[in-house]
Amino acid sequence: MTLKLAVGLGIAGIIVVFGVVGPLLVGNPSTVRDLGLTGPGNGFLLGTTQTGQDVFAQLAYATRGSLIIGVVVGALTLLLSSFFGIVGAFVGGWADEAFSLFTNIMLVIPGLPLVILISSYVPNKSIWLVAAVLAITSWAGSARVLRGFTLSVRSRDYVLAARISGEKRWRILFVEILPNLIPLLASQVVFAVIFAILGEAGLSFLGLGASGSFTWGTMLFYAQNGLALRLGAWWWFAPPGLAIALFGAALSLINFSIDEIINPKLRSQTRAERNKWSVKS
Amino acid sequence: MSVLEMREMVKEYRLREGLRTTRLRAVDNVSFELTPGRTIALVGQSGSGKSTIAKLLMQLERPTSGSILVDGEPMQYRGARAAAYRKAVQMVFQDPFGSLNPYHTIGHHLARPVTLHHPDFTREQVDERVLELLRRVRLDEDYVGRKPHELSGGQRQRVAIARALAPEPAILVADEPVSMLDVSIRLGVLNLLAALQREENLGVLYITHDLATARHFSDEIMVLYHGAVVEHGSADDVILNPQHEYTQLLAEASPAPERRLAELGH
Repeated sequence: MTLKLAVGLGIAGIIVVFGVVGPLLVGNPSTVRDLGLTGPGNGFLLGTTQTGQDVFAQLAYATRGSLIIGVVVGALTLLLSSFFGIVGAFVGGWADEAFSLFTNIMLVIPGLPLVILISSYVPNKSIWLVAAVLAITSWAGSARVLRGFTLSVRSRDYVLAARISGEKRWRILFVEILPNLIPLLASQVVFAVIFAILGEAGLSFLGLGASGSFTWGTMLFYAQNGLALRLGAWWWFAPPGLAIALFGAALSLINFSIDEIINPKLRSQTRAERNKWSVKS
Repeated sequence: MSVLEMREMVKEYRLREGLRTTRLRAVDNVSFELTPGRTIALVGQSGSGKSTIAKLLMQLERPTSGSILVDGEPMQYRGARAAAYRKAVQMVFQDPFGSLNPYHTIGHHLARPVTLHHPDFTREQVDERVLELLRRVRLDEDYVGRKPHELSGGQRQRVAIARALAPEPAILVADEPVSMLDVSIRLGVLNLLAALQREENLGVLYITHDLATARHFSDEIMVLYHGAVVEHGSADDVILNPQHEYTQLLAEASPAPERRLAELGH
């Protein structure tokens, strides 16, 4: 285990545990009190909002909300991109042509305007709808990457050998090809989760997010509306912002580690390491 | 199944270059017959259509015209007869580093064809058969649990041979089985193939570009040039009395100690 992977897993793990356990331990995040904009301390770990709501309680619920978005979009993206990328490339012929045409069309549809359009048409958006919209606009890129890799694996000798020995087609796909795609799939999923959480935060910040739910994005939206920055209420906007940044960084670190497992050449690509090689050779 | 015949086989590929399409004739009217216990060497330079013939035999490519006959009956691509054909005709690939799935153990590579061939086998019977296959190719039994990257090229090629033997085939296609191996272990793998051929009474199509091993290990030699068979005869005839220019060139290019000694001694 490299340092990168350890740090990434550590940060991501703490945030996930906080998102799962936190909401059980804090009070109602929507309770309004007379204590507008008190700083950290005084019985509130992270102070209160303008209307006296507990920021720490809000952060716990927001972490859970953002993680749900990330997991749902990650899973949907995995399903869609594997289906259109891997199955198309494996079947070949017209199926491949049709699937890759569809993927390309989805790829050039501009994501954000579509999301804004869908979001503004539906008045009462649930968190699931936002997740679905984000998934539909984000799977195409990884489908293309998967298609390319599947095309390469499909024509390798061990797949031909399996065909020659009379393996069923689904078995060749799931037992011979898919295991070799696992590192790639893992890195695509991690990337999709980052994209989803950032995308949801962006939508919520613009006021287009899920209504009546807590996510890091909606916290920032309310902080912005409550003029937190101008009033110097850093405890209101800094925690959700930091959470987004830290979680994104942690997942990226995990992703880099996966990339290094797929492609060992990426390891030790620091300047000091490369200088060592040149001395050796 | 006893006799496999390829008759007037033609395989053309369409090449697209912008809007124009041209046709490349990779295999041009090739006919031969593989019988149990005999080895035919298919010799030719790179791009002469050797591997295409192997792919046609393995049903990985469909012929443009011509046919493959099994005991006089046309081969089927679907159904029970096709399944029987796949068991009877097996192949050893050229590149031992590409022909084993890096994700799976050696045991998996051998157990799958055994299970496919004997769906009625219990787990213990399959395991026993896998160990027997490893012994047949002179590998230790503890290789069962290893992954391909832990094996050397020669060991991998032995595993590939064991996999090809697992369905108890009658015909074995060996596509340049030693060209990717170290020179020092080539003879070992070739001798193993020859021994297995005698033990199992296999019909072998030995694809190579090395005339010396072709002569040593085969009964007949076919020389392929630009997709067409330019020379076909018993191994010694083709080597000692080459008729076609390309065969003469090949024979000239192989090291011949007698000729060299004569040159030195004059």
